[in-house]
Amino acid sequence: MAPAPQALNSYRTGPDERGHFGQYGGRYVAETLMPLILDVEKAYVAAKADPAYQKELDYYLEHYVGRPSPLFHAERLTKHLGGAKIYFKRDELNHTGAHKINNCLGQILLAKRMGKRRIIAETGAGQHGVATATVAALFGLPCVVYMGAVDIERQKPNVFRMRLLGAEVRPVTSGSSTLKDAMNDALRDWVANVEDTFYIIGTAAGPHPYPAMVRDFQQVIGIETRAQIMKAEGRLPDTLVAAIGGGSNAIGLFHPFLDEKGIAMVGVEAAGLGLGSGKHAASMNGGRPGVLHGNKTYLLQDEDGQITEAHSISAGLDYPGVGPEHSWLFDTGRVTYAAITDREALDAFQLCARTEGILPALEPAHALAQVVKMAPTLPKSHLLVMNMCGRGDKDVFTVAEALGNDIAKKAGTH
Amino acid sequence: MSAARTAASSAGKPAAVPNAGGRIARRFAALKAAKRGGLVTFLTAGDPDPQTSLAIVAGLPKAGADLIEIGMPFSDPMADGPAIQASSLRALKAGMTLRRTLDLVAAFRKGDGETPIVLMGYFNPILAYGPDKFARDAAASGADGIICVDLPPEEADELAPPLAAHGLDLIRLATPTSSDARLPAIVGGASGFLYYVSILGITGTKSASAPALDEAVARLRRHTTLPIAIGFGIKTPEQAAEAAALADAAVVGSAIVNIIAENLDAAGKPKPGLADKALAFVAALAKAVRAGR
Repeated sequence: MAPAPQALNSYRTGPDERGHFGQYGGRYVAETLMPLILDVEKAYVAAKADPAYQKELDYYLEHYVGRPSPLFHAERLTKHLGGAKIYFKRDELNHTGAHKINNCLGQILLAKRMGKRRIIAETGAGQHGVATATVAALFGLPCVVYMGAVDIERQKPNVFRMRLLGAEVRPVTSGSSTLKDAMNDALRDWVANVEDTFYIIGTAAGPHPYPAMVRDFQQVIGIETRAQIMKAEGRLPDTLVAAIGGGSNAIGLFHPFLDEKGIAMVGVEAAGLGLGSGKHAASMNGGRPGVLHGNKTYLLQDEDGQITEAHSISAGLDYPGVGPEHSWLFDTGRVTYAAITDREALDAFQLCARTEGILPALEPAHALAQVVKMAPTLPKSHLLVMNMCGRGDKDVFTVAEALGNDIAKKAGTH
Repeated sequence: MSAARTAASSAGKPAAVPNAGGRIARRFAALKAAKRGGLVTFLTAGDPDPQTSLAIVAGLPKAGADLIEIGMPFSDPMADGPAIQASSLRALKAGMTLRRTLDLVAAFRKGDGETPIVLMGYFNPILAYGPDKFARDAAASGADGIICVDLPPEEADELAPPLAAHGLDLIRLATPTSSDARLPAIVGGASGFLYYVSILGITGTKSASAPALDEAVARLRRHTTLPIAIGFGIKTPEQAAEAAALADAAVVGSAIVNIIAENLDAAGKPKPGLADKALAFVAALAKAVRAGR
């Protein structure tokens, strides 16, 4: 399906002025939204060039989020797998427990600059909703989070968290009542409240400038990693691995390294019950290009162009699309995209808990499962960095349910 | 109005009209000659099922619809409100596809050669079908114009040329937030008519006031000589008459779609008389529009 890979001089120049990464990205939105996203773009370009804006963002990243996040040598896991030397980039130690806050801070500071007085967001698992509610509380702005009724039911702790933070969680019952529908409803809210509202999109997708803007805010992950691995090893890593839902943590880690020809990069999609089962969330490995939510990108869809539902045990990967820059990196062959099943992610989750004392979120558990496959085939001198983009506290109920029988058996035999 | 039109054309802003002699242009010319505004009615193809949908569409000209707008169902219609999204999902559940939507248009054309048909939808189903093939097949089925909601002028490259090549009008949307700086880009590639989205929001929600509409239409006339249809938020015969009198036509969608939704049984099957009820409402709209000016 993808055209033959082509070597480019640089993979870091996109998007073009119309927001395209090759044929992907763009601004496929109703005319009602066009003036809004053109405004956001204009404001973002100005903010990016303003040292005061960057200084304020850096301040909050250091003192509120707790950056830089550590780069940790996972020694016992490395030994257990018997191959590549494994490092975790520990973005799960950020305030609110995931990488999402990096982006939310950048966007809410932009909203403030634009004089917006109300924040809206969409959320699937609730992580982006929690991060948005957090920054809205920090800056004293009212916040409405759209969340599918189905997701509200399966992510109750995060719903309560958002409410504690003062956000209003609006259940979405249209369509399939999941993340894609929450995004539809957030866009509808935005159209109806043009004057005072800023929409904080949670991943590197949506209409231009969001994919580029979210990537820029998440690049701090890769920039820190470069400095930290140079300090620890005196050289750059050989392989980078990260999970892909919309793809913001992955593009944040990968982007600063894209032009380092010697570095391999692997994005890990959710294969759910298996790519052949039809129940997965692997847009690139199991979908084809289309247009949804303002951008052209790989999508899960039927022959008639109707969007089909994604499935993954990880609610954060449970989305039928992917950020457009990943679609482009996939076609060019610069990044390899693997797929990991629910079962493999659950195994990796448990392995990480026992070897490193870290409960990973189910999203990076997918990346970890890929590491488990790759590391033993690589020499001990091979440096592998995996983005631990979120912590697993939110997932313990899901994991317990999935492993219910196993736990019961163990409890009985001890 | 005519002064504004003359000013627009003398300022060198002729509308691109690939289909000048087509049904849409003829219908607006006839409305102008009759000195009245037109009624555009919307429903989703295949809602609640293909047969009922065809029965309603086939009855629309007699009920008084001047132009017919048919929704091409899409799973994620983000510019539409709950009523139209629900109608899309009902149609998809009943097995509707883009091909079957074109078949419905062709079936309608067997009994009506004059009433213009405008297809409204989102880009992904068209992209999946193939833009060239879509333009060819839509023209062959007897459609006259296309509204592609999520395809602003900036992204129109893939669809505009095939539509023009097959004589289909590309109908563009203008909104209250379309600035004077932006309007030339919108009307530049537009033909058929200009669809004015009269409120900030989604279909079937709030309504605009008459003075606001009057001002908006005057502003649009400074940018285009195309006929202007006002849509979004027009629910009653009175509102339709008012909008049609202010502009060149009024579009009613959600209110008709709601009648379909209200006349389904628990299994989602149409209750007896559904088509008649929908057409009676259209007749009431048409009567008010015709009396309006």
